[in-house]
Amino acid sequence: MPDSAFPASVAGPADRGNPPGHWCFARRFPAGDRETRRILADLIDGLGQAGVGEDDRSNAELILAEVLNNIAEHAYADGAGPVELRVEVQRNGLACQIADRGRPMPASDAPDPSLPLIAPPDHLPEGGFGWHIIRCLTSELRYARDHGWNRLTMHMPWSGYD
Amino acid sequence: MDISTHRSGQALVLTIQDSRVDAAVAIDFKEAVRNAAEMESGSPVILDLSRVTFLDSSGLGAVVAVMKLLGSDRPLQLAALTPPVAKVFRLTRMDSVFTIHAQAPGSLKAVG
Repeated sequence: MPDSAFPASVAGPADRGNPPGHWCFARRFPAGDRETRRILADLIDGLGQAGVGEDDRSNAELILAEVLNNIAEHAYADGAGPVELRVEVQRNGLACQIADRGRPMPASDAPDPSLPLIAPPDHLPEGGFGWHIIRCLTSELRYARDHGWNRLTMHMPWSGYD
Repeated sequence: MDISTHRSGQALVLTIQDSRVDAAVAIDFKEAVRNAAEMESGSPVILDLSRVTFLDSSGLGAVVAVMKLLGSDRPLQLAALTPPVAKVFRLTRMDSVFTIHAQAPGSLKAVG
């Protein structure tokens, strides 16, 4: 993946008149809860204008919220830093790229945890669900550490096609 | 976090007025729901989520945390999950942990 595939700023829904496959959202922003909310609201609005259905918009919002929360909480546990997000509408779903300059992933790979043990009343986990949710709703998830950047790419298939 | 409360029979119903329960508000949510539950009597405590259109794993964790805080004397139940919220419970199998009502009691009274 060349660096040029990751524009440093804005694309936005400028190609709305073009067929699906051309719509692309790209932003660079500081990691953190407030920015995450703002960017997700922009993305969901844009996906709606691009004709992406409600179920797929809410899947995208959930997946990217989990990814961006992880970046803020873990990759940038020591402080702030930039995030680059790129989402492209394709024929068979959404292609997403997320990059940050924080700590590398443990074990140099994206986590793939099993669902935490749920056995009430003694075992009621309050966390450990984020990567499970991401993995449930995406395919072709790849992680690379590249020149100080964490780069995640993933595919979100359209929900109606399974 | 804006929460309205009402009694329905023995139950205390807490209606979350915010549309998002996410990482930005998870701690507030936990405190606000606990405080609202402790200010009124009533059991079970039913969380009316009909206005919540987004909940992530941080929000889910906060709901579980509230359930633990309230303990077995005041079981926490859920009501009126919107499709995106129901999906999170289903994907994490947390739908097996909670009693989930299709609608909050007393929430859909016919007018007139």
